[in-house]
Amino acid sequence: MSLGKTEVEYISRLAQIEVREDDVDGVAAKLSNILDLFTQMEAADTQGIEPMAHPLDAVQRFRADVVTEVDQHEKLQAIAPSAAQAHYLVPQVIE
Amino acid sequence: MSWEVVIGLEIHAQLTTKSKIFSGASTEYGAAPNSQACPIDAGMPGMLPVLNHAVLGKSIMLGLALDAELGMRSVFDRKNYFYPDSPKGYQTTQMDFPIVGQGKLEIELEDGTKKVIGVTRAHLEEDAGKSVHGIVPGQTGIDLNRSGTALLEIVSDPDMSSAKEAVAYAKKMHELVQYLGICDGNMQEGSFRVDSNVSVRRPGEPLGTRAELKNINSFKFIEKAIEIEIERQIEVIESGGKVVQETRLYDSEKDITRSMRTKEEANDYRYFPCPDLLPVIITEADVEAVRVVMPELPDAKRARFVSDFNLSDYDAAVLTGSRAMAEFFEKVVALTDAKDPKMCANWATSGFSAALNRDGLSIENAPVSADMLAGMISRIIDNSISGKIAKQVFDAMWQGEGSADEIIESKGLKQITDTGAIEALVDDVLANNPDQVEAYKGGQEKMMGYFVGQIMKASGGQANPGQVNKLLTAKLKA
Amino acid sequence: MHNLTIKQMSEKLHSGEITSVQLTQHYLDRISQYDADLNAFVTVTPELAISMAEAADQKLAAGDAELLTGIPVAHKDIFCTDGVKTSCGSKMLDNFIAPYDAHVVTLMNKIGMPILGKTNMDEFAMGSSSESSYYGPTKNPWDHKAVPGGSSGGSAAVIAAGLAPLATGTDTGGSVRQPASFCGITGIKPTYGAVSRFGIIAYASSFDQAGPMTRSAEDSAWMLNAMAGFDERDSTSLNREKTDYTAELGQSLKGLKVGVPAEYFGAGLDPEVEVVIKTAISEVEKLGGEVVEVHLPNKDLAVPAYYVLAPAEASANLSRYDGVRFGYRCDQPTGLEDLYKRSRSEGFGEEVKRRIMVGAYALSAGYYDAYYLKAQKLRRMVRDDFTKAFESCDVIMGPVAPTSAFNIGEKSDDQVSMYLADLYTIPVNLAGLPALSVPAGFANNRPVGLHIVGPYFSEAKLLNIGHQFQQVTDWHKHMPAQYQ
Repeated sequence: MSLGKTEVEYISRLAQIEVREDDVDGVAAKLSNILDLFTQMEAADTQGIEPMAHPLDAVQRFRADVVTEVDQHEKLQAIAPSAAQAHYLVPQVIE
Repeated sequence: MSWEVVIGLEIHAQLTTKSKIFSGASTEYGAAPNSQACPIDAGMPGMLPVLNHAVLGKSIMLGLALDAELGMRSVFDRKNYFYPDSPKGYQTTQMDFPIVGQGKLEIELEDGTKKVIGVTRAHLEEDAGKSVHGIVPGQTGIDLNRSGTALLEIVSDPDMSSAKEAVAYAKKMHELVQYLGICDGNMQEGSFRVDSNVSVRRPGEPLGTRAELKNINSFKFIEKAIEIEIERQIEVIESGGKVVQETRLYDSEKDITRSMRTKEEANDYRYFPCPDLLPVIITEADVEAVRVVMPELPDAKRARFVSDFNLSDYDAAVLTGSRAMAEFFEKVVALTDAKDPKMCANWATSGFSAALNRDGLSIENAPVSADMLAGMISRIIDNSISGKIAKQVFDAMWQGEGSADEIIESKGLKQITDTGAIEALVDDVLANNPDQVEAYKGGQEKMMGYFVGQIMKASGGQANPGQVNKLLTAKLKA
Repeated sequence: MHNLTIKQMSEKLHSGEITSVQLTQHYLDRISQYDADLNAFVTVTPELAISMAEAADQKLAAGDAELLTGIPVAHKDIFCTDGVKTSCGSKMLDNFIAPYDAHVVTLMNKIGMPILGKTNMDEFAMGSSSESSYYGPTKNPWDHKAVPGGSSGGSAAVIAAGLAPLATGTDTGGSVRQPASFCGITGIKPTYGAVSRFGIIAYASSFDQAGPMTRSAEDSAWMLNAMAGFDERDSTSLNREKTDYTAELGQSLKGLKVGVPAEYFGAGLDPEVEVVIKTAISEVEKLGGEVVEVHLPNKDLAVPAYYVLAPAEASANLSRYDGVRFGYRCDQPTGLEDLYKRSRSEGFGEEVKRRIMVGAYALSAGYYDAYYLKAQKLRRMVRDDFTKAFESCDVIMGPVAPTSAFNIGEKSDDQVSMYLADLYTIPVNLAGLPALSVPAGFANNRPVGLHIVGPYFSEAKLLNIGHQFQQVTDWHKHMPAQYQ
């Protein structure tokens, strides 16, 4: 399977990873190699097989509905790239 | 040619949990920015979700109330998209296996007709944070306090065919979730959010393209927005255009809907099972545990009020409009030994409710409790005071002057029921008004009202009106 | 001092013959002597280590100590450590001072195990050579031209060179066992869910599992006792009774049924590695083991299935690196999309970006069924193969990797051949089984590990097999000459 420019641009948008114009072919080639590996799966007969999402046959546990966390925004925001007045900051979002 | 309208609603109900759906951070509204966003809610590296037990029972309760199939095995999925208020870059939600499956809800329209609206599903998910503008110019601030708050997204079938039906459904669901105590219903704080999917078509044709109306926080505006969106779509089609699938916002000042100017590339959310969470299993025991604490639902309560207390449909509907009011009313009835439920209903729906509305208070923080109101009504029933004096007593109670008995005592409002005393008043009035007595005897029976008024006035309003009438009639006819 | 077993070290600490400060300082001295060249550490924390050692000495003096109290440890830089940089080998987290500890770190801190530092690794644990680290490749102590394996290559190198007595690792597709094999040390990947993932930076959540990396199987058993156990903060943590992983050490291997899959010895296996593995298995036979033939017919499908599923999970797990709340942010973003795209393209290395993109693609509309769902079905088939095999044997033995360590740069341009080299380790992660790598000899003058895979929760048995093997062999005692 070989990817073209359109697919690479689409994946780049999904993943929010920039692929520079002059890198598109190289990225397409490398991703295509990996997708070729995936085609090996086609041969396997998986009819009637349940998909397995998890190695454990366990079920979800619960936590009690109690507040256990304290305010630690100062500690968390000390490592934030940009914060002011206890808010994380991003370039303006126009809605 | 006629048009058919097709509406489906997606309602996000914030569940009344103390902590978040996947973390131990508080959900209290209005806290300082990011003070309730723990590392899990902020999507920090290495952090993991563990499911809040409280969401299980609340989901089962809604499922039972909607007569729905329960998702005995439900699965959390990741819905992938980038946005600053979505800290992990995905929302944890339920796609293929929701916790509540197909159910239904009956609505009643203004003309009294009833209609059953299908509920496709209700699934658990986490809420996002909030964007805040104006902190730093050119920047948007992110507050993650709401991030991770537990939501049930309740999705209806596209069964509604008018704005009125849609609002009746939304109101009914709003009443229901509050009755169940699973959501506080506060629309201003965003605890109950309604998104409407609206489309139109010619009868017999397949479904038209729908537009989604989002972020409308009152029923009145939901109705208006749907109405003008229907008009807009019909206009677009009739003038040869095509309806575009998009999200539209309602501008209540201009009374128009307008397209949300986001890049309309089709979303590809890449749902897949969340590997940090395991399948959620509901056992029969879980369902039973909810069944025994399940409150009586509004429709059942309404019917019971009509049959047990002989109330009108209207009164029963008003009283069951909220669970708190219904419980208040039933308490008053019980405390007055159910001697006059109708009178209890009148006081609850008029005097008491009017005072609440006037002062913007809720039942929980009203100055007159069910005990106090019952105390006063008991004095009406035992003829200690008249209905008219009761209004005075009620106002005094509302002002915090004490219980009905204390007020009646301190203000000397007790009704005069002593026959001798009333007889003396009657005699006095008749003796002082010979001309009017003559006129009465000459056939002017309306003079009766004049005499009663004079006697009540002389008694300071405290004479028992029934006894006054009886004695007066006897004397005049003698 | 660095040639002692953990138990011997512990005895000397408890008897007062040595102090934790002395022991810790000894390792810190070795680190400053050797690591500039080896590049096995991203961060060395001498002050923290000594202050923790002092606290450990007080515990020892107060008689309040456990077996591992006072014994220093190096953590793979994927374990969050409160107040210490936790980079995950990435520029994205080069400035990330974790504000909390991973559960494993909390447990070991409580015991009083001084932290020597954070070890180098493939970026976000995505790799088999430790070459994709932002901090440059770690060298193999046996041969500086060779890779140490990956992704826990730093931890493996640290143990092999005697720069720490114990190190933590994580294993998503072989990342404990393969570097253990390449560096001639012992490493175990426990049953999925045995060790809490809380505070371990996620690569692929349904595969990630932490394990000990040590000189001997006995050392691993003691260390696993400290790392494993139920944690209510991890939904996938197993709520089982506390296991003593040293409990079976000393048991005889008489009658042990050793499954050897014929499929493991086909084309692609280095002949010298094959000799080492077969010799090792015959050693186990001498100890009383009986070889039975088993089959794992779907083993070749495991690699493609894994490289669909793990990147799919990773593509979502790594979406949180968006330049907003922590980590790298690009310079002067012009808008939201620019912030995301540039922060992520500049902050992530090539292999990480590739796996994120492959994962996003495998989940995207139109490909989900053919890739993701198909791979999930294969995952079950691979697991069922093991279940069936364990009906006729107690454990399965074979190679960890088809070759001994390859040269730095040799495969860095050919992802697919690097992926295919994980063929022996990956099926174990798909199934969530425990598996051990123990040093078994040398091929092309570089170490080779024997792979021992067991049924769920058979860690104690696997560790005893490794221990018995190490009673009759001395591969685990070999050290590269320059580090002795």
